[in-house]
Amino acid sequence: MIGQIIFLLVTIAAIGLFTYNARKIVRNIKLGKPLDRSDRRADRWATMARVALGQSKMVVRPVPGILHILVYAGFVIINIEVLEIAIDGLFGTHRIFSFLGGFYGFLIGAFEWLALAVWISCAVFLIRRNIVKVKRFWAREMTSWPRSDANYILFAEILLMSAFLLMNSADHKLQLEGATHYLKAGAFPVSSWLSPLLPSSESSLVLLERICWWFHIVGIFAFLNYLPYSKHFHIILAFPNTYFSKLNPKGEFDDMQSVTNEVKAMLDPSFTPVTSAEPVRFGAKDATDLTWKNLMDAYTCTECGRCTSVCPANITGKLLSPRKIMMDTRDRITEIGKNIDKHGKDHRDGKALLDDYILREEIWACTTCNACTDACPVNIDPLNIIVELRRYAVMEESQAAASLNSMFGNIENNGAPWKYSPADRLNWANQ
Amino acid sequence: MVLRGNILRQTGLTGLTNNIYSKKMTIPTMAEMLSEGKQPDILFWVGCAGSFDERAQKITRDICKILDHVGISFAVLGTEESCTGDPAKRAGNEFLFQMQAMANIQVLDGYQIKKIVTGCPHCFNTLKNEYPALGGNYDVIHHSQLIQQLIDEGKLKAEGGESFKGKKITFHDPCYLGRGNGVYEAPRRALEVLDAELVEMKRCRSNGLCCGAGGAQMFKEPEKGAKDINIERIEEALQTNPQVVAAACPFCMTMLRDGVKNFNKETEVSVLDIAEITARANGL
Repeated sequence: MIGQIIFLLVTIAAIGLFTYNARKIVRNIKLGKPLDRSDRRADRWATMARVALGQSKMVVRPVPGILHILVYAGFVIINIEVLEIAIDGLFGTHRIFSFLGGFYGFLIGAFEWLALAVWISCAVFLIRRNIVKVKRFWAREMTSWPRSDANYILFAEILLMSAFLLMNSADHKLQLEGATHYLKAGAFPVSSWLSPLLPSSESSLVLLERICWWFHIVGIFAFLNYLPYSKHFHIILAFPNTYFSKLNPKGEFDDMQSVTNEVKAMLDPSFTPVTSAEPVRFGAKDATDLTWKNLMDAYTCTECGRCTSVCPANITGKLLSPRKIMMDTRDRITEIGKNIDKHGKDHRDGKALLDDYILREEIWACTTCNACTDACPVNIDPLNIIVELRRYAVMEESQAAASLNSMFGNIENNGAPWKYSPADRLNWANQ
Repeated sequence: MVLRGNILRQTGLTGLTNNIYSKKMTIPTMAEMLSEGKQPDILFWVGCAGSFDERAQKITRDICKILDHVGISFAVLGTEESCTGDPAKRAGNEFLFQMQAMANIQVLDGYQIKKIVTGCPHCFNTLKNEYPALGGNYDVIHHSQLIQQLIDEGKLKAEGGESFKGKKITFHDPCYLGRGNGVYEAPRRALEVLDAELVEMKRCRSNGLCCGAGGAQMFKEPEKGAKDINIERIEEALQTNPQVVAAACPFCMTMLRDGVKNFNKETEVSVLDIAEITARANGL
């Protein structure tokens, strides 16, 4: 009975704390500017099904892609078992779903194989990160925290799977010994291998089974509450983020309606634009100038670095890393959120995304080639943030390289980015 | 390093090639067509590089020759054409982009243009994707798509000209044609009919590496780094031991040629546009 009460309290605390932190992230995302992505719902569901659920972009790199699918499938499917654990915990039952009979055996057996697959995959991931040292995990922006963050998650998953298998193993042994309360249910194709390692006395087995049971479920709650502090939040946001993907051709950059109003007013004095009360800032200087989708992208990023590893600027040693653009955006909006919590809504800390986080050298190294957006397994768009920062630098500050300014001047005066006379435009036809 | 903006200096090789313009062709402008009361089937949007860059001018003339060869009635805007605004938009100057776009839309709509073929993936992308939001709606294709269409319709073959049979050709995907708009097959189709040996670079199609010119990089010095992007790309292209590196964008053309020159491979490896290859194979 005490166990049930403790379980209930732990569950409430875990879910409560998670909700509190997750709502902060939602609040932070909503600090972004509006953007309409409510169109083409069928296409959006299809994109989410293909990219997030179907992991279509992960398998472009087969080894990590397939391992990731194993961990993902394991995570999702083993959660059915967590449902049983939660019911057992609340009502003091044991293996409540065992009435399913043979099918229950199949389920538990499948969970065990999946748990093993997750265990092995996570071990391989740890090896790739820490021993093989795959280059994209050791880039400049992969400082000590992002590297540790990844390792903590992998260790946690290995521990959780170990506890799950050890629990089953002890349970299985108790079942065979005919211990009371341990009804014969389930199939244990993997955990039975551990059986020779277990103690033989019933009380030790019960203790082990109970410790593993508690470790597994409390571990899951801890993991859940680690998510909002971690890059691992992608397991949740990957779904909405792919749903709200940019569906237009990648080459198409968004149209700035605020600029259209000004240009129309310039060309046609009789044009009266719908004026907004707030003075608009062209482009983005800080994270709050970005759209909510940019910010959702930032919280969805799991720092895998596929974007950076295909970025032509990064490959050739430039400072730009699309992953860093996303990490900086997330860190900055999180900082702004913390400032709001501490000092209220109107607090200004004098910092900005541009210059304090992302350097000009980074944004001006981009070739807008879309390799990053194509590579991202969850359809994050770092390019849009880069262009927004450029827009601010150019339109609000007139801070562009002299060569770019002369290109602008040439287009304005000659209708071409180079200094040629428009009258000579057809000369090629007469040669 | 030579300033990127000075492409004339880098690409001024046209005069050295043989005179292949013996067959004089008239290039009608929209204004001329209108005065004769005619409307062409398609507008050929030449683009700034195609108009002014000497190397790209050659590609422009080849596109005209192809159009002429298959008997498509076309016209150009001539001096009424102006930059689409693409480099301004990529560099963050939305004002300038929209000014250009609105002026161009006025000209295009004035001539009641419906269908446009461009000689440049950047013009193609901007006209096709970014003009509609400002009121300019046209059916826009890139010249590689036109060539593919003509081949598929049997109007264009690879005969009567230079033979590319057995030659090793590798195609460099322009970002704004490939990833930007999902056009991967059209330029390859133009090469397939040559009976040449098509070799793909390791990074091709949606994984293709940029030439380094996009996002207005063409008009500025690259940021500090270990090497230039076009060198990285040409190294990869040279690994396929090609006789021809095929391009479909005037900016890629400049970058790739610079890269080939950097390795002193100009005599072994030629960088040719899809349109040039098509024109040559047909003896145009």
